[in-house]
Amino acid sequence: MAQFLQFLFSGVTVGAIYALVALGFALIYNASHVINFAQGEFVMLGGLATFGFLGAGFPLPIAAALAILLTIVVGFALQRFAVEPARGATVVSIIIITIGASIFLRGGAQLVWGKDFHRIPAFTGEDPILIGGAALLPQSLWVIGMSAVVVVVLRWFFGSTLAGKAMLAVSHNRLAAELCGISVRRVLLLSFGLSGGLGALAGILIAPITLTSYQVGTMLGLKGFCAAIVGGLGSGPGAIVGGLVLGIAEAMSAGYISSAYKDAVAFVAILIVLIVMPGGIFGKKGTERV
Amino acid sequence: MTAFWSPSRIGLLVLAAVILALPLALPNKFYFNMAILIGLNAMVCVGLNLLIGYAGQISLGHAAFFALGAYASAVLSARLGWHPVLSMIVGVIAVSLLAFAVARPILKLKGHYLAMATLGLGIIISIVLNRELDLTGGPDGMPVPRIRFGDVRVRGEQTWYWIVGVALWLSVWLSLNLIESPLGRALRAVHGSEVAASTLGIDVAKTKSFVFVLSAAFASVAGSLTAHYLEFITPSEAGFLRSVEFVTMVVLGGMASTFGAVVGAAILTALPQALAAFHDYEHLVFGAILMATMILMPKGLVPTLGDLFRRRRQ
Amino acid sequence: MFRKIALAALATASLGLLAQGAEAQAQRPIKIGSFLAITGGASFLGDPEAKTLRLYVETLNKMGGVNGRKLELVVYDSAGDAKQAAAFAKRLIEDDKVDLLIAGSTTGETMAVVPMVEQERIPFISLGGASVIVEPVKDRKHVFKTPHSDRLAVQKIYEDMKPRGITQVAILGGSGGFDQSCRKNAQELATIMGMKIVADETYAPTDSDITPQLTKIKNTAGVQGIVGCGFGAITAITAKNYKQLGMTTPFYFNHGVASKQFITGAAGGAEGMRLPAAALLVAAQLPDSDPQKAPGLAYAKAYMEAYKEDISTFGGHAYDALMLAVDAIKRAGGTDKAKVRDALEATKNFVGVDGIFTMSATDHNGLDSASFKMVEVKNNDWVLLK
Repeated sequence: MAQFLQFLFSGVTVGAIYALVALGFALIYNASHVINFAQGEFVMLGGLATFGFLGAGFPLPIAAALAILLTIVVGFALQRFAVEPARGATVVSIIIITIGASIFLRGGAQLVWGKDFHRIPAFTGEDPILIGGAALLPQSLWVIGMSAVVVVVLRWFFGSTLAGKAMLAVSHNRLAAELCGISVRRVLLLSFGLSGGLGALAGILIAPITLTSYQVGTMLGLKGFCAAIVGGLGSGPGAIVGGLVLGIAEAMSAGYISSAYKDAVAFVAILIVLIVMPGGIFGKKGTERV
Repeated sequence: MTAFWSPSRIGLLVLAAVILALPLALPNKFYFNMAILIGLNAMVCVGLNLLIGYAGQISLGHAAFFALGAYASAVLSARLGWHPVLSMIVGVIAVSLLAFAVARPILKLKGHYLAMATLGLGIIISIVLNRELDLTGGPDGMPVPRIRFGDVRVRGEQTWYWIVGVALWLSVWLSLNLIESPLGRALRAVHGSEVAASTLGIDVAKTKSFVFVLSAAFASVAGSLTAHYLEFITPSEAGFLRSVEFVTMVVLGGMASTFGAVVGAAILTALPQALAAFHDYEHLVFGAILMATMILMPKGLVPTLGDLFRRRRQ
Repeated sequence: MFRKIALAALATASLGLLAQGAEAQAQRPIKIGSFLAITGGASFLGDPEAKTLRLYVETLNKMGGVNGRKLELVVYDSAGDAKQAAAFAKRLIEDDKVDLLIAGSTTGETMAVVPMVEQERIPFISLGGASVIVEPVKDRKHVFKTPHSDRLAVQKIYEDMKPRGITQVAILGGSGGFDQSCRKNAQELATIMGMKIVADETYAPTDSDITPQLTKIKNTAGVQGIVGCGFGAITAITAKNYKQLGMTTPFYFNHGVASKQFITGAAGGAEGMRLPAAALLVAAQLPDSDPQKAPGLAYAKAYMEAYKEDISTFGGHAYDALMLAVDAIKRAGGTDKAKVRDALEATKNFVGVDGIFTMSATDHNGLDSASFKMVEVKNNDWVLLK
């Protein structure tokens, strides 16, 4: 039982990380139908910039806030200078642009912060909490807790604020939203900025657990993308569920099947989910206009 | 008479001329090596372009087919002692069968979901290649024997240049013929709208599967040739990053353009070598170039240049 | 009269020009080619290697070069990719026309280049880990390597385990080449040295959490010791998870963790872990009579001054390779490739920072078990065990 709980804790911790990254994908996709392959780099920037600011002498909360601010600006810049100029291009072309952006950001990060990996101190200490014989890190509780808070805040944002509702409008029908007087340009900027902030927050939360370096974005971005798709692209709850499913699948495969093939097992599971539910778990059934 | 010299025919002629004349301009074996690697990548891209550009599907796992072809050649000729040409043919057949088996269920998915499925497939294959140490030599890779015909050993940049040159020309010729055939028109109909295409009597699933398998076969042949040329193969050839590289080459060169695929392969294969002088700034510059090119030429290089040329003529 | 003066002037001028030409020939720089994993998953290895090579080529040039000739270094980033490594090797040999290669951070990158090196008959000192790089020697005439064979690392670990009463071990390693090679050696040596492997777990180098694998090991009956194979951030994560689970089983890592980043990243989790490491890591704790103490301390000081970071044994391997090459060039009296190769093979008792090298026609690595010291992590620092 203790063993099962330990695997579950690992799965939920890692899953919450994937979920936060997936939320970032969902946000941008919803507003602009763009898959932002630089999402993982937002996560990387959050953690690495925090480390940098800590080194400059700022206390952790300020360093974290500055890092999030920096990443939001990077998000704005990405939308304004890379995605917007390519407005009319096909989806695939814009994806390639975001891939170029992720390479660019990685290259920039390695110049600014070097190639070493670094540690950020855990928020409330490193001593694990024992539950039912399994050890849970307090930082994991932060990750899970903050993810839940983010979900609630986003719910409120999309449901009750004008900016949030504007974003929803643009995601449903861009033309109609424009006709209603919504500045699509501003909404897109906001979605990238918000996604950047979210990614950075994820990066700061997980850096005490997974360490941070200029390379962490690649794999996290990939796994976040998988989680977003599995949950149903564009769906917020889908992103969360997709992330948790992926994380738990990995942990359980490692624990009960084979640690050498755990990623393969997880991907096989994803493939099965997609074949059975072609729109992802929470995906909407679309109609195709001829 | 003008209809005979269609853009495709002219293009094929130009390609043949370039392949024949290039050796005169290449100063040493390193440049021949580059040309060969470009040719091999271009073969994969020409096939992938049929899938992405014409059929409108996406595959983020094509490097896996490339690697499987390479490993089929490597394992069959190194461990079982089969003749390399036989290993390559068996490899193509095996990869095509695998592609056929996964094509039907996977191609039911659309857009990003299809991308995810091909991505997953590619990763699974790359993990298997990585873990099966005894068969594939594991992550450190395995050496691949040279091709020999009796006592004649196929080696050296000069020989391989001609092999790859001919193989590339044939791939382009095949692709162009396909595009201008009824199948090619069916592909474009499917790309436009699957529902509309099926009302016209096109078997959408069969068409998509055929293109998927064909592009996998192209990749497999290129993989086998690569393995015997480099005399070494590693599982990273199947990796996600390689698949993304291939897709980038196709999109950069221009989707729905066979020559675009070749140009895209040429640029992206040569760029890391050209940017090596930037040392620590290499990735920054590479990313910037990629972004700038796609922003300024969203349709890809060859179509954009083609449009410019056409506008000039008018 | 006028003719005689003119002839004399011409003769002098010609001699002068000839001397210039000869001087120019002698002053042609010694070109050293390198492709390393400066970025990518193995940058943990390649980055300090590149930094070391650059620093010491500059230092040697400041001291007058080698045999009066300046050293010129050409470095390319192969990012741990075997195909890129092969392309850059070809470029170095054919286009840059280098005199020798000091390259290949990983085994994969090295092995992809071996056929080319043997064909072109250019001396190649590899920085890769696996023993297959220099074995079988008859097929590796021009290939040498400075890192200890990873087989030796496992042997050292088992030798330290036995007196502690550990005979049943668990292996924990990543999916990379370095890790898999270590695992293979651990399995093969176990049968020879009388150890029993009761658990074997794998992770991916990009994983965020290793608790499932460690939990399985923790719950396997009879595990007396753990052998960890790997390098990079994931090893620090492993140490953290080990502490999180409250495990106390003796844990040995192989030499892939020989960098301060491992200790700092592990946030106290590495305490008590042991590893076989080259003398460089604990240079300050060596007895003064140890010939490796002085060069090790000098290297650590110079590297810290130049780059503001701690040394790692990987940079040390690059240092040793460069110094070995320079020594061989001096003994060969030039950069004739065949002569340099022979001189390298004839190296005897060469004191490097990561070991004392004695090469031979049957051994192109030149290190033995004594070049590895058993080190333990205590108070967030390396401590040499007697």
